[in-house]
This record gives sequence, C-alpha cells and structure tokens, in this order.
Amino acid sequence: MPKVTVDGITVEVPAGSTVLQAAELAGREIPRFCYHERLSIAGNCRMCLVEVEKAPKPVASCAFPVADNMVVFTDSPMTRQARRGVMEFLLINHPLDCPICDQGGECDLQDQAVGYGRDHSRYAENKRAVKDKNLGPLVKTVMTRCIQCTRCIRFATEIAGVPELGATARGENMEVGTYVEHALTSELSGNLIDICPVGALTSKPYAFVTRPWELTKTDSIDVMDAVGAAIRIDTRGGEVLRVLPRINEDVNEEWLADKSRFAIDGLKRRRLDSPWVRRDGQMRKATWPEAFAAIAARLRGLTGERIGAIAGDMVDAESTMALKDLMGLLGSINLDCRQDGARIDAARRDFYTFNTSIAGIEEADALLIVGSNPRREAPLLNARIRKRQVAGRFPVAAIGAAADLTYDATWIGDGPSALTGLLDGSQDFASVLRDAKRPMVIVGQGAIARPDGAAILAACWKLAAQTGMLAPEWHGFNVLHTAGGRVGALDLGFLPGPNGKNLDAMMGGGVDLLWLLAADEFDMSRIGDDTFVVYQGHHGDAGAARADVILPGAAYPEKHGTYVNTEGRVQRGSFATFPPGDAREDWKILRAASAVLGKPLPYDTLEALRARLEGANPVFARINQLPRFGCSDHSGPAGDPAALGEAAFVSCVPNYYQTDPISRASATMAKCAALYQPSLAAAAE
Amino acid sequence: MAENIGDGSTGENIAQPAHFAFDDESNAEIEKILAKYPAGKQASGSLPLLYVAQRQMGRQTGSAWVPRVAMDAVAHRLGMPPIRVYEVATFYLMFNTTPIGRYHLQLCTTTPCWLRGSDDVVAACRKFTGIKGWHETSADGLFTMTEVECLGACVNAPILQVNDDFYEDMDAARTGELLDALKRGEAPKPGSMIGRMTSAPEGGPNTLTTLHFQTAE
Repeated sequence: MPKVTVDGITVEVPAGSTVLQAAELAGREIPRFCYHERLSIAGNCRMCLVEVEKAPKPVASCAFPVADNMVVFTDSPMTRQARRGVMEFLLINHPLDCPICDQGGECDLQDQAVGYGRDHSRYAENKRAVKDKNLGPLVKTVMTRCIQCTRCIRFATEIAGVPELGATARGENMEVGTYVEHALTSELSGNLIDICPVGALTSKPYAFVTRPWELTKTDSIDVMDAVGAAIRIDTRGGEVLRVLPRINEDVNEEWLADKSRFAIDGLKRRRLDSPWVRRDGQMRKATWPEAFAAIAARLRGLTGERIGAIAGDMVDAESTMALKDLMGLLGSINLDCRQDGARIDAARRDFYTFNTSIAGIEEADALLIVGSNPRREAPLLNARIRKRQVAGRFPVAAIGAAADLTYDATWIGDGPSALTGLLDGSQDFASVLRDAKRPMVIVGQGAIARPDGAAILAACWKLAAQTGMLAPEWHGFNVLHTAGGRVGALDLGFLPGPNGKNLDAMMGGGVDLLWLLAADEFDMSRIGDDTFVVYQGHHGDAGAARADVILPGAAYPEKHGTYVNTEGRVQRGSFATFPPGDAREDWKILRAASAVLGKPLPYDTLEALRARLEGANPVFARINQLPRFGCSDHSGPAGDPAALGEAAFVSCVPNYYQTDPISRASATMAKCAALYQPSLAAAAE
Repeated sequence: MAENIGDGSTGENIAQPAHFAFDDESNAEIEKILAKYPAGKQASGSLPLLYVAQRQMGRQTGSAWVPRVAMDAVAHRLGMPPIRVYEVATFYLMFNTTPIGRYHLQLCTTTPCWLRGSDDVVAACRKFTGIKGWHETSADGLFTMTEVECLGACVNAPILQVNDDFYEDMDAARTGELLDALKRGEAPKPGSMIGRMTSAPEGGPNTLTTLHFQTAE
C-alpha cells in the first residue's frame, strides 16, 4: 500500500485512493463542495486544491490518485492562496442573501467562506440571475444560489436512478434543472436538499420556518415504513419541524425516503387530543376516568373469548406488549397484528424477517422479487438493490405488476404461475438462481396478504431451498414488510393463540369488545354493529371514526419506543416532543386502563416494561445489533407449496405517499399524491 | 452578456413542434453513423445524430434547428435519458435550440477578422437584412445573424459562415452581393471571394517563383 505524507503525518492508504481520502485518514480536513463519498467524482468545484511536492501547480485532491512517497501539504501558503482564489470565483455569482436563505447556519459555502473568503468583493459587475425551477412539492429551488457542483445531478442519476436532472447550456449560462419542467419522480428526492452544499435546493414545506440553531435535535428511528431508517427529529416549542436522516451504514446509509421526511406536517392535523366516549349514539368529549369507566362497564360480564385486540402498523413494541399482557389478564387470546391479512407463519423468526439484511443485499448475486414493488414499499431498500446492480452482474427478476424499479428487472410473470415455472425449472430464471452463489428472494406483502398467501410463502421457501438460498453461511429468504411495527408485534407473538380468533374471525360480531391499538388499515365496516370498539391511537382516522371509546395516544416522535425493522433489527426511537392535549404514551394508557379494569399490569416504569419485553423475546435485548446467520434447517413455513391460486400479485402500497394515519393527514403528502398518482388520489376522496 | 448563447432553460417560451420523426434520408444516415460504435456505446452517437436531426429540420421546414421533440427522438433512438441529450444539445452552440432563418449568417469578429474589417461585414449584413442585434432573424425569415468566435480561417479573414459554408475575404460590397444572391435563391460558390486558391497569396505565388519542375520523361 502506498505511503503518503500529509502535513508531516505519514499514512498508508489502499492503492487507488485519492489524495483527499489520504488526507482524511491523516485527520486533515479538506474543504469541498462537489465531492461526496457516495457519489462519483466530478472534480469541478476546485475547492479541495492541495499542494503536492514536485507538482507544478495545486491539484484537486478529490480526483488525484495517490502515489507512493507522495508529500502533500493541505495548509501551505500555496494551498490557502489557491482556495482563496477558488472561493472568490465561486462568490462572483453567488448572491449575498444569507439572511433570507434557508440553508443559513448549515451551509457549506457559508462555513467555508469564513475560512477562505475575502471580506469584500472585488467585482462591480452584476451577478447572474437564474430562473427558479419547479421540481415538485418537496424541493424548493433558488437556482441563483447554485454553484454548479452537480451533486444533485449525480445523486438523481446514480443513487435515485431517475436521470432527470442535468446541466444545460454552458459557461455563465449553465443551469442545473430538468430542461423540460416537471417534478422529480423519485421517492428519494428529499435527499437532494441534504446533499446540496448551498441553498439552491431547500425543503419546500420547511421554507422560512426556523433556523437550525433554534431546533432541539433528537435521534430516533423512522416508522413510516419497515426499513427503520435512522433519523433526527428537529423540534421547536413542541412542534416537529423537520426530520433528517442520520448515518446508519447498515440500514439507510445517509439517505431518507420522502414520506419519512415530509409527512410530519400530518402530526399536527387530525390529532386526537382528548378521550371521547359514545353516549346515546353521539361521540362526546370525556375525561380519562370516564373513558376507562365506559370500557369497564362494557367489559363487565364478558369472557375472554368475546374480547379481541388488533395492533396497528406503526405501534411500538412496548405498547404491543402491554396490550398483549392486558388481553392475557382479561383471558383473551384473540390477538392479531396483520391488518392486511398476511398469511405469516411466525413459528420461526426467519419465516417473516428480511434475513439477508439490507447491507447483505450488496453481497448477493441474483435476486427474485415476488409480489412486491420495493420502490414504493421500501425506497431505501430499493436504493440498496440499485446500488448492488450498479456495482455489476446482478440479475433481477420480478413477479407482479411491471413497474419501473429504477434498475433493470425482468418481469417474468404477474402471478403465482411464474413461481410454479421457477419451481419446476421451466422458467429460465430458475437456472440463474441455481447458478448464483448467493441468490436471494424478496417476498412482498402483496404476495402473502391473500387467501393463498401461506401456499405462496411455502412455495417461495421451497424455491429458496432448491436454488441454494438457504446455506449455513447465507440466508437468502426475505420477507419485506411495509409496517414499521409489524415485526416487533410478530416477535412478541401478537397473533391468535391456540383456537384464538384472527382478524377475520373478530369481524362481523366475532367479538363483543374490540381494542384497536392505532389500527386503521382494514375496512372498519366489517366490524359487527354490536361490537364495542375501543380505539387507542393518535389520529382521527378510520378506526377513530368507528370507535365507541377513543383513548388519545402518542405518535412515534412523542414516545420512547422500541421498533423492529423488516430485517429483525431492534432499534429504539426516542421521545422528541409531547403528544397534544390529554394524549399520553400508549403503554401508560394501557397500564392505567388495566388498573381501572381491576387487572393491573405488573410494570410501572418503562424500564420494567422493557425487562418484560426481553423476557417475552430475548431479541429485544439486542438493541441495534443484527447478527447475520445462515439457515441449516430447511423445513419450511406451514402451507402447501402446490396450492397456489391464479390471481395476479398486487403491490400492497398502491399509493406511496398515503399509507398510514400520519401521511393521510399530511397536506404535503396529499399534494404529492395528487401530483404523482392522480388516479389514486381522486379515488381516495 | 453573451446574447448569442441559447438560454439553457428554454423549451417554454418558444413554439415547439408537437412531433418529430426521422425521415428515410435521416434513417439511412443514422444507420451508417451507428455502425461506427460498438454495442452499448451508442450514446457516442448523440452529436452526429443531433446534426442529422438539425439538417432534417432544415430540409423540411427551411429552419435548421433542433426542437425538443427531436432531442427526444435522438434519446429514444440511442436509449439514453432525454436529459443527457438536452445537455449535449444546449452545450454546443452549433446546435440551434431556437428556430433560425434559412441562411444562418455566422460572423466571426475575433481579432484577426476584426483587424481585416469584420465590422464592415457586420454592418453590411445589418443593412441588408435589417437585423439589429445578435441571434435575431430578419423579418422575411431568411437570415439569422450570430456572432461567433474564431472560425479557424484567419488567413482568409474576414469570414462569413453561411450555414455550413465559409465565404472568405469578405468586405462590405462582396457581403451585399453574396446576400443578394442568397436572397434570389442562388448558391454562390463558397471559399475565397477574390478568387484565391484556398489560402494561397492573392494574384498567384510570390515565393519559390524561381523553381522550375521538369516534366518526367
């Protein structure tokens, strides 16, 4: 490995590294605008100039490969002079509008101008003005501020896989944009805001809202999909103003999907801020004791089998545990967390998790997607698949409704018959999977949330076993979830007990009292007219509309919660702000209710409840850890692999922008849905 | 400001044709062009294909420009994202992204041409066509004037490029005659307007005049 001396510090770097990487290794910070670790190297901003011994002029360190015994100076007079010159050029046309710029306070150009800028401009000429572009409802543009680093162009082309941004014209007339005005068609467009080093691309919903130094920052976990991206929640005065990604190389790298980032305005609308009780057919505002008393009155005389509970899609494991324990104390085993009716076999954990892991996708060498559109169901995971394919030699086949996944995928059928073809080898892709060393299959909820779901799951497992996806050191069988709380609920066994009723059996009067824990995603009209419905949740959505008693709960930024993502990775979200009005953290509501109902839950603190979680399933002790494992037991999930139906697969997320109570309450998401999926948005109204 | 450079954000304020398809002549040309590139490297053909599109527009409408639909057609033909073709087409000034006249007068005003009287040529063009600024088209739609940088024919300065042809050794009078001929629909012979053989000295050779070559026996 070449040895490089940076400012007197000698470091050994891998051959092929750039001078900039060597300098970072030596702990020297190099200013940059166009260079970004996860994008291709452009080398056009020239801010990273350094002096290299024996080189006649400063070199752009981001694009200059190291050589053995190279001597680099990152802080020499020549380097500083060069960077000052570059900064002066960059500022020729950059407006002096920092006081009205949303990037102010977190702007690379602002920061670096402090280090390398002059105190005044030597240019008397007019600055150039560039017309703003309309990139849709999420990204605001002030193109006069653009320094043409082309990061956004490279992000859209390379990471998001939507080559729609470009630099048109040349020289002083060069502009970054789409040329033909249209909104970006990416679920990752919010990341453009993060990678833009200046204030050219900023957040449209967040425009002129606040300054970064006024915000309280809380590290948390995203639950808008089942990827479990690491996020930072920015709040001010009890209001969630912004959600930004944090770096988690194993999950989201440093990206975040648009729904997770922009649906937060839904946290302020349609909130349940006080208990409600139905009296004489009318919902009336009530106090907590009145609400609990109403439940206790209805429960009197009910046996366990007439009581049921359904856990929602964004529920934290603590609340799920508390509800399960409460139901246990009431003698009920009628539990279900699968609102979509997914035929999941929870006998073994690897039957329902994404066993390859998200980072593990990069090690795979062939992929089959069954009944899923990962671009809409898990955009970040989809970006990882794209990253793997861009790296080369990664055949992808998909079964379901053909769609643009941002990478090359062969659509080999739209229903279970294609699966049969793969199993008997008549479909060509079967041999691709067999020849691959580390093949993987992704089974979407669209494939298993249907009457023959168990058979399809079993057939996929059989295919996995046949094609070498199940090996002692490689597990290529993956179920892709879309609900942030689903895997946690499955881990806690929030499923019907022996002879217990599942969701279907609880409908139509199957139970007399139904406790909905933020469950809004099934058809409420299926609930029997005489069933007494307790809705505990945070939004006035479908469940609250049907409820007889409403217990106002907390949304994900308003509680400490444990969430398990689709991989089975246990992560903890944090409390960032208080729930509105009388709303409370969900496990506390359940604890209080249990006392009124005369069956007190045996925990009074979050710590005690978390100890209970660990007792229920030891995976909850492994926070943020995801051991990789293979599969040596090939016995598959329950279901007859031959009993496949005929119907074509339908993705479970037809409308990416409105999938849960928060995003349905969000005005920003409504705008996106109207723009990108007009037919669906019209149907929803 | 450089007015002769197309506005990069255009596409909105000019009337764009609704449809463009390569005709037979263009398709024949494209086949020849694409045969030069190995499979998977068709994107290299974007420059020549844009020229094909521009020439076809010239043939069909008398205005050799590349509308957006033509860029889309090129992108489709080469399997590229349209934006990549937009970038190329707007970068090179030889592609006209706005409609132009039948005769595109490209006037070099760089130092050698200027020293040899390009200002007179420009003035003559303005007088003849009635065009006031740069990158404007005359009222009759025949002429568009564009200021260009060095055309690389300084020995025959000043140069007036009309569409693809160089007219050299220009002055005000000869410019007037040339434009008159063009207006009548004639196609004057390109090259030196004073009868020079390429860039040979005016009035015949003035060096190596004593050399005599014997004819081979």
